[in-house]
Amino acid sequence: MQNPATDDFILTTKNLTKEFKGFVAVNDVSLNVRRGEIHALIGPNGAGKTTCFNLLTKFLEPTRGAIHFNGVDITHEKSAQIARRGVVRSFQISAVFPHLTVLENVRIALQRNLGTSFHFWKSERTLDVLNERAMALLGDVGLTEYAKTITVEMPYGRKRALEIATTLALEPELMLLDEPTQGMGHEDVDRVMQLIKKVSANRTILMVEHNMKVVAGISDTITVLARGAVLSEGNYAKVAADPLVIEAYMGTEANEAEAA
Amino acid sequence: MTMPKIHFGYLGLFVALLFAPFFVYPVLVMKVMCFALFACAFNLLLGYTGLLSFGHAVFLGTGAYVTGHVLKEWGWPTELGLLAGTLSASVLGLLIGALAIRRQGIYFAMVTLALAQMVYFLFVQSTFTGGEDGLQGIPRGTLLGVVDLADDQSLYYLVLAICVGAFWLIHRTIHSPFGQILKAVRENEARVVSLGFDVAKYKLVAFVLSATLAGLAGATKVLVFKFATLTDAHWHASGEVVLMTLLGGMGTAFGPVVGAGVIISLQSELADKVGSLVTVIMGGIFVVCVLAFRRGIVGEASALYQRIAGTKDIH
Repeated sequence: MQNPATDDFILTTKNLTKEFKGFVAVNDVSLNVRRGEIHALIGPNGAGKTTCFNLLTKFLEPTRGAIHFNGVDITHEKSAQIARRGVVRSFQISAVFPHLTVLENVRIALQRNLGTSFHFWKSERTLDVLNERAMALLGDVGLTEYAKTITVEMPYGRKRALEIATTLALEPELMLLDEPTQGMGHEDVDRVMQLIKKVSANRTILMVEHNMKVVAGISDTITVLARGAVLSEGNYAKVAADPLVIEAYMGTEANEAEAA
Repeated sequence: MTMPKIHFGYLGLFVALLFAPFFVYPVLVMKVMCFALFACAFNLLLGYTGLLSFGHAVFLGTGAYVTGHVLKEWGWPTELGLLAGTLSASVLGLLIGALAIRRQGIYFAMVTLALAQMVYFLFVQSTFTGGEDGLQGIPRGTLLGVVDLADDQSLYYLVLAICVGAFWLIHRTIHSPFGQILKAVRENEARVVSLGFDVAKYKLVAFVLSATLAGLAGATKVLVFKFATLTDAHWHASGEVVLMTLLGGMGTAFGPVVGAGVIISLQSELADKVGSLVTVIMGGIFVVCVLAFRRGIVGEASALYQRIAGTKDIH
């Protein structure tokens, strides 16, 4: 069945490269995401983290390189197909359906397995069978009392939680979270961090994150990208002590000091 | 909560329409109904899927020409004629839709406009459309060989039944599992893709549905007026349906009906009084609509109602 070498790694990329008219946004990145871990992708602004996400989910077409999920080559599959394989992503800007209710948001994801999504002659009441599962998911992220709220009226932190609930509805094997705590206040950050930790049971999470508290707090492995290439990889202690990483984050200051 | 009230509203309108031909010139009401259906079909795309088609008149025109041709030249029964016109629009919708949905936003609008113009010039050149003259003196025929449709009153009830049926279908589509996905696409297309849906297929089904209903509107209109001309397929008609939908309230089930009612009645009221100034007045209305009440008549009214009632439910 599965190649033993890929058994440990749920997602691997080989020499993944993306060029935009001569500008190399992602350069020869070979990622290995270990099954069951929370894997963080960090790096300074413009390091290519989000581009990398877009390549993995095929929102962008890689220039070179290969992507394997569970040992299967998914380099040439379409975004929706990859999602159906169990790789579901979130977006940097909260990806909710603002004018649907919170319950409907989650139900959209659950609808996929119902197989009636093209049935325009059926009443939407036929979707009520999904309500129980949807409410359970909302309960998991602490949104039970918001179920009937129109999503746009919720505070930002709650929208991010809803996004996670919607993603979880698909029971993805691999969740890709793009800056899940971006733009949040302290309390929200803590709540979302706990939430990610909680939902990471039985699945793998790859996340782009800027908040070092979150990265240090919950990730098992960290990959540092700089200028599109992998700079360092390992657990937090190892990465934080890596002189290359320190230079990438503090580099400009150090250079300036030298120049002066 | 407000659903029963809305249903009462529909019921009231239905009763009013049942008795309308005794008080108003039936042909005018039928014209309003045909355009209301056309606008509702258009709104299914713009209001519920977020796709602005700028060539929808081509489906209205196709429905009209095909129905007109098979009734007049081939002597088909009326029911088959309506069906032929409607299905032709579906097929054309499938062709144009499959090409257009590859693009988004303004590019989608431009592609639909360009393709519609190509078909328009085909209509100008073809013999089956009668070219510049159009098709005149199309027989209305009978309904199931029993009811003579030459009588405006009899035809009126057929048109009413068609429009009510189509409106029900649109209402059902909006409130169906499929409609949920369409609304999600309108709200955040990338997210729907990331959840594993093939968005292009959903858009295509919506486009074909919309084209089919627009074709049905055209086919019905031919029965009412007994002629089919290039006006139906002209881009002016594509623009008019945008105006009707925005004026009435895009993304509201009933808005396009109100919009069509207002525009058609204004046109017929003003036509002999101000002549070609009608276009200027329509333009003025459009500007006021965009500046002052963006949600359209129905959209603003329901927002006002909700503010007064203090509820935040949206139906």
